[in-house]
Amino acid sequence: MIDFINNYLIAGLVLGSIYALGAIGISMIYSILRFAHFAHGDLMTFGAYAALAVVTAMGWPALAALPFALIAAAVVALFVDRYAYRPFRKSRPIVVVIASFGVALMIRSGVMLIWGVQPESYASGIQSALESLEPLRILPKHLVIFGTAVVLMTAMHLLLTRTKIGKAMRAMSDDPDLARITGIATERVIAWTWVVGAVLAGAAGVLTAVDTQVIPDMGWNLLLPIFAAAILGGLGRPYGAVLGGLVIGMVEELSSYPLFGDDPLVSPGYKTGIAFAVMVVMLIWRPQGLLKGRIL
Amino acid sequence: MEIGGLLLYFTALVTMGGIYAVSALGLNLNWGMTGLFNVGIAGFFAVGAYTSALLTAPPIEAGTAAQGAGGLSLPMPVGWLAAMALAAAVAWVVGRICLRLKSDYLAIATIGIAEIIRLVARNEQALTGGSFGIKAIPRPFETLERPWGEIAMMLLIAAIVLAIYLFLQRARNSPWGRVMRAIRDNETAAEAMGKDVEAFRLQAFVIGSALMGLAGALTAHYLKVLTPEATEPLQATFLVYVMLIAGGSGNNRGAILGAIVVWLLWTATELVTGRLPVEWGVRIAYGRMFLVGLLLVVVLQRFPGGLLPERPPKLAGDGAR
Repeated sequence: MIDFINNYLIAGLVLGSIYALGAIGISMIYSILRFAHFAHGDLMTFGAYAALAVVTAMGWPALAALPFALIAAAVVALFVDRYAYRPFRKSRPIVVVIASFGVALMIRSGVMLIWGVQPESYASGIQSALESLEPLRILPKHLVIFGTAVVLMTAMHLLLTRTKIGKAMRAMSDDPDLARITGIATERVIAWTWVVGAVLAGAAGVLTAVDTQVIPDMGWNLLLPIFAAAILGGLGRPYGAVLGGLVIGMVEELSSYPLFGDDPLVSPGYKTGIAFAVMVVMLIWRPQGLLKGRIL
Repeated sequence: MEIGGLLLYFTALVTMGGIYAVSALGLNLNWGMTGLFNVGIAGFFAVGAYTSALLTAPPIEAGTAAQGAGGLSLPMPVGWLAAMALAAAVAWVVGRICLRLKSDYLAIATIGIAEIIRLVARNEQALTGGSFGIKAIPRPFETLERPWGEIAMMLLIAAIVLAIYLFLQRARNSPWGRVMRAIRDNETAAEAMGKDVEAFRLQAFVIGSALMGLAGALTAHYLKVLTPEATEPLQATFLVYVMLIAGGSGNNRGAILGAIVVWLLWTATELVTGRLPVEWGVRIAYGRMFLVGLLLVVVLQRFPGGLLPERPPKLAGDGAR
């Protein structure tokens, strides 16, 4: 039992909290701007590399570099929205989706141009488990990832429920036309949506890199599970995205549990396939998601 | 460059551009004419490429040190037909599940399929040869002397593109094509006219994907080797989108023109990067990826119609008015 918790449950929780951070952004951007943002994964990659730049330049730990990475990700998101997406506000949403693929390619190749393609990491060496938590085998980085994710999600919750802009965001997500005629400043809400989405995406990128390493494809590889999480939770439902992220993370890790005999249930090479399968089942069975989100 | 080299360069350009035109025509049927946002071109391309390669490549002799997967040595046309059939079958399954949903979901689903197919190509060593891939895939006319083999190959591709063009043009101008555009422009109205929207969309999706599978097969035969790199979404999917949108989405001639023009630009940048020092050359390869993304956004913003914008076909009564 303890092996099960150590090898699968903790890993699933860590992965799930990263997915949740990314999925919140996808979900909110979808419900407020009405399009599936395919450059979200590469925004994460950018966040991870921005932190890498600070880590290598200043010699700081990753957590200290995190705020700079989040600001950088938000600035990039606002810039991209202004020049790539805003001209399409009046056109069919699907055109913006195509544009977001273009933006994804630009961000990724920009990262490759600046930092190259070789894998990097924030800190070298292998961490050992925290002794005080025996027999649980928890690495310090797992606590960092989980703790950061919880802090950021709490901040998002407070923003959405306690501030005026958060309420405006929820109003626009529920009914954009009604929000507009009640005098909500749409462009301001959109800008804040990008800031929140990009901050969470940047954090997801940095935390992924803390867990593994920094490579230009990291965000693209995360895109599918994150969309799966957002759809599972219900598009337009930030709390659903958190739930969806945790479920997808858990399912992906549990899929390699050797349920029958010694072989993993599904070969680890197909982890992404699991997230996809969950998503397809969800699309057929309950396209509005667990928390009754919007159907595209 | 002497005249012989120039000729070979020209045949390579037209051959590869022509193969891209097959993909672009398939995408035009999906996206341009019916409005299906298929972002899994790379997946159908890979299905076609691996099917045809596995059927036609020579088997690997037992006991030799050759790495990768062997094939069945069947004739090439069998491979091509099978490539189209299998890509169509995969598309049919995906379409049955996802075409009921709106475009964004279709995008996610097709990307997912493409990624899973890429995982299979990479992981299933026994079937696909993993990263070693499949080698010695036969190329049409390869026994002919240089440059006649290359020229014959180019003409073959041109003939295939022409045949597909005539077929699609015919389909476009037929009542079937009108229903497709009706679905793209106003799905509700098409449904109200009693058209089975889902069935029509499925037909367009399956035929378009079969063409992408054919493009994959042709690429594998032309390049003679097939590795998972050939199915990277950058070249197999996004470059095709740039081609179609730049050429003129909804217009079959635009799709062909876009494929040739964009492929010319793409290889021209390769000529430039080939002359630079290695360190720079590698970096500029990423620059080309940046360019694909930038072109996609800029063309959509400034020239949404493309080089040859779509013109609705003449109706039978138009001349009389």
